[in-house]
Amino acid sequence: MQTPAAFEYERATSVDGAIASLQRLGPEARIIAGGHSLLPMMKLRLANPAHLIDINDLEELSYIRVDGDEIRIGALTRHVELLKSELLAENLPVFRDAETVIADPVVRNRGTIGGSLCQADAAEDLSAVCSAVKARAVIRGAGGERVVGMDDFHVGPFQTAVGDGELLTEVRIPLRPGAGSAHEKVERRAGDWAIAAASAAVWLDGGTIADAGIALSAVGLTTIHLTRAEELLRGKAPSDDLFAQAGAIASEDCSPTADGRGPVDYKRHLAGVLTARALTRATARAQEARS
Amino acid sequence: MNVTISINGEKVTRDVEPRQLLVHFIRDTPGLTGTHWGCDTSNCGACVVQMDGEPVKSCTILAVMCEGHEIRTVESLEVDGRLDPVQLGFHETHALQCGFCTPGMLMTARALLDENPDPTDQEIRTAISGAICRCTGYKNIVAAVRWAADYEAAAKQEV
Repeated sequence: MQTPAAFEYERATSVDGAIASLQRLGPEARIIAGGHSLLPMMKLRLANPAHLIDINDLEELSYIRVDGDEIRIGALTRHVELLKSELLAENLPVFRDAETVIADPVVRNRGTIGGSLCQADAAEDLSAVCSAVKARAVIRGAGGERVVGMDDFHVGPFQTAVGDGELLTEVRIPLRPGAGSAHEKVERRAGDWAIAAASAAVWLDGGTIADAGIALSAVGLTTIHLTRAEELLRGKAPSDDLFAQAGAIASEDCSPTADGRGPVDYKRHLAGVLTARALTRATARAQEARS
Repeated sequence: MNVTISINGEKVTRDVEPRQLLVHFIRDTPGLTGTHWGCDTSNCGACVVQMDGEPVKSCTILAVMCEGHEIRTVESLEVDGRLDPVQLGFHETHALQCGFCTPGMLMTARALLDENPDPTDQEIRTAISGAICRCTGYKNIVAAVRWAADYEAAAKQEV
């Protein structure tokens, strides 16, 4: 039987209360939301928190809404809600692409965007999605809020900028004109972690790419933000050849390791192909939205 | 700590450790061993129950997290000796051999039909993609859910 080691449990009734508990209990306390990453880690003793603070009652952290020129997603928003959101499908279709292939529908009923991002597993899809669409994470502590970009949010493998006594409360994604986005993933079987996955966003201005965002899952120790490929695309007209070049950069700039899901050269190849495919679909969507 | 969970409409209160998983809380309740405890890693789906109407994997939820929530297990499907249409469908189309995955499959299928009474075969396959049948009976399981959907549609027409 797999059972977590013993811990103390409390249920938060407010965001401020959860943060106060985190501060009172110190670094051995962990937030639990969907629990579909944390509880398996606890069963394997890869995580041994002394206290769990359950935030599932904090309805105020569950929303997807437009606020000015941003879409704001509450940290407790579950995968199933991201999948079904017409607001996201219309403006940021990369989310529906990814949510269709994250775990399985039953797991998606529990897991949350905040949990996925805070788990910071390099193989996890939403971290790449958020990186590609240039999301910012809102982190709240006793002293107030700070807002960090995804590059600063991901500190290392399974490590984020969320410090002791702090809580990820919201993800903010800018809404910019000419946008298109897509996520491409190859997995061994339905619901598995990616062998490799690529998220891409483009922002078109007339016939050229004004800006682009690209990130990879499962081919490095952390989510890989392909800044060199983004730089290549800026100011250029989209073409198959250009996207193949971006794919070549993706193959070079990732750092996969060999495992049961495949050898290094295969994963590099996959990262390149998926990058080009994601860019192609993102661009087609941007053009479709404009016409 | 004391936990009260509504299981199939009845309040069950027990003093448990916070680390107790929902699947064990349910199975430790007299008469409720229908929920199966399988892989323990949220992969196999044998432990699926409904939490407030949504299928969830009870091996990956703490019992303490369920206080105040409504849990439905496979035992709730049969009412006064009458099987639920998804149970009838599994019977009619021979959708089980060993039956270990069946409770989770039934609760997943019930939730699917409650939300989408006329699913395509692909939608059925997606819905049960988090449940593993090692007797490789997916074809008949999909047929069973289809059978139940048709049965319920016909019953509705008769009314």
